[in-house]
Amino acid sequence: MLKQIKASILVTLLFTLSMGLLFPCVITLLGKALFPFQANGSLITKDGVVIGSKLIAQSFTSAKYFQPRASDAGSGYDPTSSGGTNLGPTSQKLIDGAHPLLPNGKPDTANAFSGIADLATAYRAENGLAADAPLPADAATYSASGLDPDISPMNAHLQAARVAKARGVPVSDVERLVNSHTRGRTFGVLGEPVVNVLELNLALDKMYPAKCLE
Amino acid sequence: MTFNGILQILLFSGIIILLTKPMGLYMAKVFQGEKTLLYPILRPLEVASYKLCGVDEAEEMHWVTYAVAMLLFSLTGLLITYVLLRFQGHLPLNPQHFGAKQMTPDLAFNTSVSFTTNTNWQSYTPESTVSYFSNMVSLAIHNWMSAATGMAVAIALVRGLVRKSAKSIGSFWVDTARATIYVLLPICFVYSLVLIWQGVPQNFAPYVQAHTLEGATQSIPQGAVASQESIKMLGTNGGGIFNANSAHPYENPTPLTNFLEMISIFLIPAGLTYTFGRMVGNTRQGWAIFGAMGILFLVGAFVCCHAEQAGNPMVAKLGVMTAAASGQPGGNMEGKETRFGITDSALFATITTDASCGAVNAMHDSFTPIGGLVPLANILSGEVIFGGVGAGLYGMLMFAVIAVFIAGLMVGRTPEYLGKKIEQYEVKMAMLATLILAASILGFTAIATNMHIHPKGYWNAPGDSWNNVNNNGAHGFSEIFYAFASATGNNGSAFAGLNANTPFYNLTIGMAALIGRFLMIIPLLAVAGSMAKKIPVPATSGTFPTDSGTFVLLLVGTVVIVGALTFFPALALGPIVEHFQMMQGKLF
Repeated sequence: MLKQIKASILVTLLFTLSMGLLFPCVITLLGKALFPFQANGSLITKDGVVIGSKLIAQSFTSAKYFQPRASDAGSGYDPTSSGGTNLGPTSQKLIDGAHPLLPNGKPDTANAFSGIADLATAYRAENGLAADAPLPADAATYSASGLDPDISPMNAHLQAARVAKARGVPVSDVERLVNSHTRGRTFGVLGEPVVNVLELNLALDKMYPAKCLE
Repeated sequence: MTFNGILQILLFSGIIILLTKPMGLYMAKVFQGEKTLLYPILRPLEVASYKLCGVDEAEEMHWVTYAVAMLLFSLTGLLITYVLLRFQGHLPLNPQHFGAKQMTPDLAFNTSVSFTTNTNWQSYTPESTVSYFSNMVSLAIHNWMSAATGMAVAIALVRGLVRKSAKSIGSFWVDTARATIYVLLPICFVYSLVLIWQGVPQNFAPYVQAHTLEGATQSIPQGAVASQESIKMLGTNGGGIFNANSAHPYENPTPLTNFLEMISIFLIPAGLTYTFGRMVGNTRQGWAIFGAMGILFLVGAFVCCHAEQAGNPMVAKLGVMTAAASGQPGGNMEGKETRFGITDSALFATITTDASCGAVNAMHDSFTPIGGLVPLANILSGEVIFGGVGAGLYGMLMFAVIAVFIAGLMVGRTPEYLGKKIEQYEVKMAMLATLILAASILGFTAIATNMHIHPKGYWNAPGDSWNNVNNNGAHGFSEIFYAFASATGNNGSAFAGLNANTPFYNLTIGMAALIGRFLMIIPLLAVAGSMAKKIPVPATSGTFPTDSGTFVLLLVGTVVIVGALTFFPALALGPIVEHFQMMQGKLF
């Protein structure tokens, strides 16, 4: 018994030092040497300032930018509180949203929640679509992480006209940019085709900088 | 279902079938002390660790000693993690200054139990609760230790089946060391680097303060993510470095990492079926176990993918497309990531709950009722559809004992398995393990759906225990049911809307995890000990062949019937009734 107690303590300590400390440190050294950009979080800098990570969605509300999927991470796109709505298929809140009122009768925006119906209505209004226009499945739903960096190609194409108008450039130019930023399935099989929103917006700013300042 | 969906399921299955033999053969050699390709490089590490820990490699253990060593090892790890978590505020690599305030005593208990038992249930949001040190050291060591423990127990049980009139079933310390050094370490080493290449971070930098294009600030957590992600998946642990787990783009950035993560969940559990066959001297015995697991996996995968692609009719009514089209995935995309779409999310959910992994790349809570029923039913099957590393094999062998017993009853003959008579003692132990699991899941669920608690008190601030759910109606019941199924099955995935970070839930879920792990392992080690003592009887024309198609079907039937009869009433109250409510357009 005593022998087993001694062994269990020593083996646990050995695991702590080797697998808890040594292994991650070795992987860090190798990872940083081989793939420094990825190991440091795929951060994108502009004029020396970190503007975000290629892999992490950030909020875009202006009409001149493509907008990511709805986020329920914290108060939206908060990487310190990643996650989804966790609302189920028969949830009234998920479908219709929650629009509580303050005692003075004004809407309580702090506790308001946009349901799928609200997201769909807002999306159609912003992009000048008919009230019954079919929407891609990702356009009116919350992502799992709340940090989903991508949208579907159809979602991007539906936003292209709005973005082009806001920037005063031909729609065909923006469409072309969306196409060049569309990534197909990996090996033609895995995953789904996507467009990375931050990269697309950065490319927009780069190609049409003058309009961007307006 | 889409053509691509079917293609991906078949591709995944094909690769697992191809990897099972080489992986299983390698592990059989490792646990029998034979030389392998990596032997010259890794043997010195093995020898050194025995020396450091004072372990005698040649010393074998009786099943009781083996169980005691396993329990002591788990207990030591549990205590160390509890202390380290509580003192995280005084430890290094803590740029956000998290302390004991975030890691309360009940949460630290729940978390250390959950990681020790290979459950990795998380009541907390990691990025706002635990330091880099806590993740990397206090928690990740259990990803290695609990995985190695699971493999050791499985191998001990197989030895018990193979040995003739023997007293011992191997050495727990040697099995644990070999599992870690020869199996987990080399794979995780390469795997971690591949993950970094694909975009998983690996650094100790403080949270990055980004200034977004629209002028907001965004605080982005970093950490030693890749080194933990690899063992989290390979060891079927599943505890996320971030709250969103494998849905988080830092844990699972691309469809390729997603595919590798799915493969790595099944790699060892599938391989172990071949290891088993090889160790008992008839690989067909292993393939029979694999076949039963494979059938149950495929049924779940197709049902789940179909339900998620069909989507929610109430969302379809709002003009959101549920049919897949070129350029958009369709289906139920609530709580799913664009890069994974429907198939990769539903397939991942099936795999992670078949194996007791519990990592998620989509929010199970937002699945359609039938899509969510599949993960729940997988867990309720006893985590034997490939199952956790080691745990899946020993769980399925327990069902095999019950299956041959049932077959024996049908023809009125003493049942045999692998040439050994299955007698009263073995059947009692196997049934004990089955019943304990069911009692824990249903008992705790019943308590948590009925417990009056004073609101704003210590035990459960929201008051009555059912107030912690995030959804009303049948779905709320499913959240509680799933929590205790997940904890008892040592899975760790969740219908994550449930607010489980209160003393009431932390303690009950922690207890369920302890029951599910150890009250299953101990009866099985007892079976191993009793089987090892027996003398094989020669097979006759009356022996029921356990490497035949009939046996595979009987085994599948046993798993389904035991699960279905035990849990059908509870499933009817949750996902099944919710499905009909959804089809009727009812909201809660």
